[in-house]
Amino acid sequence: MATVQGHTLGDRMPRKEDGRFIRGKGNYVDDVRLTGMLHSALLRSPYAHARINSVDTSAALELSGVHAVITGDDLAEQGLAWMPTLAGDTQAVLATDKVRFQGQEVAFVVADSTYIAQDALELIDVDYEPLDPVIDSRKALDEGVPVIRDDKEGKDDNSIFFWDAGDKEATGKAFEEAEVKVRQEMYYPRIHPAPMETCGTVADYDVSTGEMTIHLTSQAPHAHRTLFAIVSGLPEHQIRIISPDIGGGFGNKVPIYPGYVCAAVASLVLGRPVKWMETRSENLMNSSFARDYHMVGELAATSEGKILGARSSVLANHGAFDAHAQPGEQYPTGFFPIFTSCYDVPAAYAEATGVYTNRAPGGIAYRCSFRVTEAIYLMERTMDVLADELGMDPVELRRKNFVTKEQMPYVSVMGWEYDGGDYEGALQEALRIAGYEELLEEQKQAREEGRIMGIGLSTFTEIVGAGPGKKCHIAGIEMFDAAELRIHPTGKAILKLGVKSQGQGHETTFAQIVAGELGIPAENIEVREGDTDNTPFGLGTYGSRSTPVCGAATAVVTRKVREKAKKIAAHLLEAAEGDVEYEDGRFFVKGSPDQAKTMDEVAFAAYTNVPEGEEAGLEAVTYYDPPEMTYPFGAYICVVEIDRGTGQVEVKRFIAVDDCGVRINPTVVDGQVHGGLAQGIGTALMEIIDFDEEGNHLNSSFMDYLIPTSMEVPNYELGEFVTPSTHHPLGARGVAESPTVGSPPAVVNAVVDALSPFGVRNVDMPLTPNKIWKLMREHGVEA
Amino acid sequence: MQVPARFDYEVAGSVGEAVELLERYGEGARLIAGGHSLIPMMKLRLAAPEVVIDISGLESELRYIEDEDGALRIGALTRHREVLDSPVVRERYALLADAERMIADPLVRNMGTIGGDLANADPAEDLPAAFVALDSEVLVRGPDGGRTLHIDDLYVGPYETSLEHGEVLTEIRVPRTPGGSAYSKVKRKTGDYAAAAIGVALSMEGEEIESIRIGLCGVGSRTLRARGAEEALTGERPGSEAYRRAGEIAAGECDPIDDARGSVEYKRDLVRVLLGRTVDKAVERAAGREV
Amino acid sequence: MRINVNVNGAMLEAEVEPRLLLVHFIRETLGLTGTHWGCDTSNCGACTVLLDGEPVKSCTVLAVRADSHEVTTIEGLWSGTDLTPVQEGFHVEHGLQCGFCTPGMILTATEFLERNPDPTEAEIREAISGNLCRCTGYENIVKAVQWAARNGSAQEVGA
Repeated sequence: MATVQGHTLGDRMPRKEDGRFIRGKGNYVDDVRLTGMLHSALLRSPYAHARINSVDTSAALELSGVHAVITGDDLAEQGLAWMPTLAGDTQAVLATDKVRFQGQEVAFVVADSTYIAQDALELIDVDYEPLDPVIDSRKALDEGVPVIRDDKEGKDDNSIFFWDAGDKEATGKAFEEAEVKVRQEMYYPRIHPAPMETCGTVADYDVSTGEMTIHLTSQAPHAHRTLFAIVSGLPEHQIRIISPDIGGGFGNKVPIYPGYVCAAVASLVLGRPVKWMETRSENLMNSSFARDYHMVGELAATSEGKILGARSSVLANHGAFDAHAQPGEQYPTGFFPIFTSCYDVPAAYAEATGVYTNRAPGGIAYRCSFRVTEAIYLMERTMDVLADELGMDPVELRRKNFVTKEQMPYVSVMGWEYDGGDYEGALQEALRIAGYEELLEEQKQAREEGRIMGIGLSTFTEIVGAGPGKKCHIAGIEMFDAAELRIHPTGKAILKLGVKSQGQGHETTFAQIVAGELGIPAENIEVREGDTDNTPFGLGTYGSRSTPVCGAATAVVTRKVREKAKKIAAHLLEAAEGDVEYEDGRFFVKGSPDQAKTMDEVAFAAYTNVPEGEEAGLEAVTYYDPPEMTYPFGAYICVVEIDRGTGQVEVKRFIAVDDCGVRINPTVVDGQVHGGLAQGIGTALMEIIDFDEEGNHLNSSFMDYLIPTSMEVPNYELGEFVTPSTHHPLGARGVAESPTVGSPPAVVNAVVDALSPFGVRNVDMPLTPNKIWKLMREHGVEA
Repeated sequence: MQVPARFDYEVAGSVGEAVELLERYGEGARLIAGGHSLIPMMKLRLAAPEVVIDISGLESELRYIEDEDGALRIGALTRHREVLDSPVVRERYALLADAERMIADPLVRNMGTIGGDLANADPAEDLPAAFVALDSEVLVRGPDGGRTLHIDDLYVGPYETSLEHGEVLTEIRVPRTPGGSAYSKVKRKTGDYAAAAIGVALSMEGEEIESIRIGLCGVGSRTLRARGAEEALTGERPGSEAYRRAGEIAAGECDPIDDARGSVEYKRDLVRVLLGRTVDKAVERAAGREV
Repeated sequence: MRINVNVNGAMLEAEVEPRLLLVHFIRETLGLTGTHWGCDTSNCGACTVLLDGEPVKSCTVLAVRADSHEVTTIEGLWSGTDLTPVQEGFHVEHGLQCGFCTPGMILTATEFLERNPDPTEAEIREAISGNLCRCTGYENIVKAVQWAARNGSAQEVGA
């Protein structure tokens, strides 16, 4: 009996890609070294808002080793000073008339080395005329404030959009009639994905062939190629984007940045490869930020705690250009409409206003699932406020309002069809792991001793896997994804994907998918991503979409290959195709399992003994259009202790139960959760991109943009819950953003719980020691 | 990554040569030892010396921890990590070990030197406050020869010592072992500077505090000594009432500014809170009870 | 300025500018791109190498400082066949995702275990607190170091 040798779907398989990374043989963009390659640096505006009167590059051009200095005016001559954004707006590549945020790109220097390029920056003389900046989104629509986007014809204010969804009237009525109502204002601060590798590119234009090869930190190489072609006018077939090893993405590497465009232009003009790698301060100041939502959450309920209505109101700060990646123009707030979450809410309404300010552009980033982080934060905080209002245990309030598993597939009042969800079950598991009753006892004891201990809960559903072509697109491109599988004569295989890992382990997990469908060990399947020349067109990796969309494509393409394999097996077995069955890498005649052909034998025959009427070879490609989104869910519990003298918050325990459907590689799943929890704890306690009144960026290095070290996070206690997705071919959902969605509210709920005996009901992130200290002293808590 | 502007580079073969090079190149020359204060500033182009004089090779002259006749002598090129790991420091000058554990991170501590840290005079750096509490002296060599300077006379302003250009700090000396000592620091995460930090070294006479020195970090334009709090505790029995009084005095003696680490009120309150905790720890250690 | 540096066991000579940072000497002059950089302010530790056997941030060291000294990079740990226990531990325990912080982590952990072969978890967390990771949440990195502490043997990993 042949059995699968090696790993398959479901195994805790150690990763195949590790070999190069642990030896320092990874190939990241800054590792790319090409003959004749030049380096570059961007001159950036010190002002948040200023007119540009002149840019004098003469001194810089005279510096030995400088090859070119490109200005906005130079680009304007080619029609390249502005580019379209993923949100249908325009963004300056290099400023011409004005600068609109501190750090905006003004000039691009190309030189023999980064050292000389940085020296040259100091020699460029820009005559700025500072203008009053608009920094606070709450003031952006005030009477008489400066209009930031005066480049747009007829634009006379700073509004971008007004959006709403749900049933305003029915929800209004529910609130009018409800016995209990709560309303909580909250701010989800501007934060930053800050992957360890910054963004960058090597643009390599070959004058002799007209081909442009772009090595790019890109989470979506195919989409980027198409957009490059449209924006630059270079023919698409002559652009090749290679996204090599990426040192973390988290949404930071989805937008197209001015530096990329400048490097490509410079390479075209100079006929040599040009490398642009941003510094960390550029990354933090200018590349895609996340969140920056002022929100109001409201819940209406009976006095027993049954929710009757939910309302949300958002003020979205998009910075100077609306550049965020929204999954379709009907979703300017992404998937924020998921905000009713795992609760059976009979009436709901959401509205949002988007505004320009003199801040860097962006908004959709940092593992947000297109704004689900904001939506769930709003709901989970408001739920706790409601629990506090009712004097009810937060656990009880959730259980009273969960959508039940019997209601699946559940269509929410906001119009989403959930592909499964046993929220009660997940919560039970989290409570069990946490030892909830003992925790409550422990808290009681701690309070008697004068210690400030808090327990915070967060239950949620995610919405990922963008998405069905009829609903979801990025810059017009439908959000399918693709997989191409070829089996070699000796039974090994190569799988090519339209997505792009930045650490999520695709070289292993996607091989495991094929192994599960075809019996070829995952060790024998080579996985390729990131090179537009040799992978099928896909939309890339972000929003936890790889498993739901491309994982599905992979399963489907493998099944297609299996169908042909079956035909070949039938030919080898001299049986009718309908009499042949497949199991675990073997094809056999029904009823005669000993008469079998292995996958190896079938593969060889595909090239050496091709059945009559069939083509040789054993390969297929699938473009998969998901029928729906997927809805991973979770239940998280956070335990904190607060030092009453100093305000320092310590996360003592973090329990996370996640259901992402079928787990392709449970170890990889756990790793994704660990990472997201650390980011969520960082978000809750220490991360913020803040500005002073002049629009000066206050967190432009890792000295001031604080991310957790190994000392700031606890051991995570993970629980597993598996309910298969109703529509995904493997029953899998995707998971990597659940932890960043679910953990910040759990931490904040824990801190509020810790301080609730003193009358505290809300506090905004980040929960810095100073902030908590102030809150405590204001509420009479002494050291 | 951001990189420094151009500069000329000289390697000093001896302390004497370093002094001479500083004299020769004047105000445009800076010494480099571990480089972990200077190089970050140069990369951000906040410092742009014309000449950098490297003394990191002077290990035989300047890298040592000596314990002589009850006095501790630390050479300027001693690394943070060495002070942290030193058995004599852990046993008899525990506040230095406390402080070192919270300075930067382990990698920085491998390169950063004691002399560089002290000479940098950053009011948010911990070691100056710790050495203030230890009633230390610094040895300095300059064009006019060597001199000894009490640490109380070393710090005059932010990043400003009373050293003349051309003088090289060669050693820090702690004349007496305290009965007990401790250092406390509040920071937002590992690697962050202090919102406030405090170092205490004291000696007991029976049940009373016979002598005490308190160094404050991060709460003034330079490293401070909490003389009023010291006075309030001298001759007193340790306990919550004494700590409360002294804490209020110390809070009033410092001069913090509003910044990302905290407001003025917050930092004052931290000094107030940390004072009692830190004195108590020092008292416990003086009594031979490890905390 | 002419410098002579022992890099991964080989004596190398080069002409460098005084301002050239050690990380750039390693990456650009020597082409050893296993050492990475991730910040401007000496916070992230992605650039960690061993200088005379001690882990330091090579972005905060001048190349000229390494004259007559020994530098070990991640490439210097791998002899071409066997992996070290730390390297294998990272693989076995899934202590890496994007791999960008990994060389620095491995070098820091390697030197740490040489000094402290039987560490507590708290000691491990403190030892790696100068190396930032954005992907793993540190959980499995700690496990990787614990694995290496328990296991002395190494075997070939993948191809």
